[in-house]
Amino acid sequence: MIAIPQEISTAKTSVTASALRDPDWLKYGLIAVALSFIFLFLCLPLGLVIFQAFSKGLVAFWEALSQPDTLAAIKLTLLTALITVPLNTVFGIAAAWAITRFEFKGKSFLTTLIDLPFSVSPVISGVIFVLLFGLQGVFGSWLSGHDIKIIFAVPGIILATLFVTFPFVARQLIPLMQEMGHEEEEAALSLGASGWQMFFQITLPNIKWALLYGVLLCNARAMGEFGAVSVVSGHIRGLTNTLPLQVEVSYNDYDVVGAFASASILASLAIVTLVLKTLLEWKQGIR
Amino acid sequence: MSIVLENISKNFGAFSALDRINLEIPEGELVALLGPSGCGKTTLLRIIAGLERPDAGKVLLSGEDKTDLDVRKRGIGFVFQHYALFRHMTVFDNVAFGLRVKPKSSRPNESVIADKVHALLNLVHLDWLHDRFPDQLSGGQRQRIALARALAVEPNVLLLDEPFGALDASVRKELRLWLRHLHNELNVTTIFVTHDQEEAMEVASQIVVLNRGKIEQKGSPTQIYDEPKNDFVSQFIGHTNVFHLEQDDSAWLKNSGIVLDDTDGITAHVRPHHIGVEKLDGNAASPITLTDWQHLGATIRLELSNEGFNGTAKVIYAEMPSDQFKQSRLKRGDKVSVFIRQAHWFNLEKPHAPEAATNFYL
Repeated sequence: MIAIPQEISTAKTSVTASALRDPDWLKYGLIAVALSFIFLFLCLPLGLVIFQAFSKGLVAFWEALSQPDTLAAIKLTLLTALITVPLNTVFGIAAAWAITRFEFKGKSFLTTLIDLPFSVSPVISGVIFVLLFGLQGVFGSWLSGHDIKIIFAVPGIILATLFVTFPFVARQLIPLMQEMGHEEEEAALSLGASGWQMFFQITLPNIKWALLYGVLLCNARAMGEFGAVSVVSGHIRGLTNTLPLQVEVSYNDYDVVGAFASASILASLAIVTLVLKTLLEWKQGIR
Repeated sequence: MSIVLENISKNFGAFSALDRINLEIPEGELVALLGPSGCGKTTLLRIIAGLERPDAGKVLLSGEDKTDLDVRKRGIGFVFQHYALFRHMTVFDNVAFGLRVKPKSSRPNESVIADKVHALLNLVHLDWLHDRFPDQLSGGQRQRIALARALAVEPNVLLLDEPFGALDASVRKELRLWLRHLHNELNVTTIFVTHDQEEAMEVASQIVVLNRGKIEQKGSPTQIYDEPKNDFVSQFIGHTNVFHLEQDDSAWLKNSGIVLDDTDGITAHVRPHHIGVEKLDGNAASPITLTDWQHLGATIRLELSNEGFNGTAKVIYAEMPSDQFKQSRLKRGDKVSVFIRQAHWFNLEKPHAPEAATNFYL
């Protein structure tokens, strides 16, 4: 066996019974279709983004990024992620805990509700906040009376991002915690552990990879969200533009290098996320 | 620690898992909660542990009402059915867990913990595995580690949920005896749940038979086996032949040794080893034929078919020592005569007032 070189050594291909084996033309045909799709719709655009970003040289790229408006957009994007990701992590753990550990009325309703941001168009999520906190909105007059600005300001952006990204962590944890059961946690309690000891020493180590995975996806979405944020932001340059909005603004200004420089940051974030995600999936697999 | 349960009831929705259970367990006993699946035995164990709250009733530990006391303060050791070892910790850390989570004031220092953990691992003969992870252990080893972990906090009561349920037959046999010996050594009140009557008979000093959320009988293995209180216990513990005296051919049964005038609603339960079998010559008029036999080790099980018998007991099982079987030269197809040495009678019309285990000897 050792002498025979394995053509595909990394992918886990199982031995297929000859009866189930497809003819060669089908096999290579499908592979060709899949690969050309990936090339046309993923690699080509991504390559183009990077190509355009550097089309006028490294200096132009760097200058585009160091414009005050772009820097402000990067800062705002980081700030949004820094606030929403921890909040949604806490919320995700709490929701997953409640759903998998307690029996209560309306539990299945809550489970469905968690998915709401996935099923609602992001633009609508943004509009909801405008209807609530905008000048003509439900709380609008009270807010303006107290000189609190939510819509067309940073709080609105954070709220909209919170709404859009809140399912990610909970969605990762719920199936895992359901499958794990709670015998280990009961064992910890029967040995005298307090609730916090049980959580940090037993529950958290068991869910940590899934939790990180959820946090990663949540972060990617928080930084990349366009629709909901676009509605509530008001596109004030240097103040309420996040990175995805900055891309649009630059592009509309025919600032190709600027638009693609910002886009390349988001694209590299996506690539880093993908690499980390693969790594986490591998870690989860070997655990 | 003695355990007293007073009127414990527990419902899951409309399903009554436990119905007014009263039970007293003196200190130092090794008790089996025995019953078919769904009889409420695990729920009862979890109520004693404090992992579950009863809907009504009281749990007294050492005479004090501990019904509402949290599991972590009850001083119990609980061994879960699937062991529930902490999968991300080594064997050593698993056993040390209960000591390390103690409040600072009562927590022993690391060297004391290490000594204690190694002592416990030696007690279960597994100290050489101390740096392994649970998924590197066999089922029997995990079981013993789970027990060592539960013992680390010096519980007053040890509770085990189906402790041998997930093990191979040979490992199970070995661990049963080991548990009994360990109990003799530690003398801590121990309750375990099982659906296997053989296991209960072999390990426990007291057996509590549960069915549909009620206690059917409580007593030593000998009492349970020799004096079953009702037909459920009689059928659940060991094998038994059931004769419905009314439907079955009572004339034949009378000839075989069961004597009863009023047979209304009465069943007779006869253990296979209480049936004597004798070989007849080929042209004898007996309706009973030996159709098959199986070698069970020390005993031989005989399958007797009763032709011309209209009742429920068309096939009768008898057992005899294998030496005796060899001497009797019985073979398949032989005509035999049967006599019943001992039977238990139950009145099914009034199941809660059993006719009692009236024994008679021929």
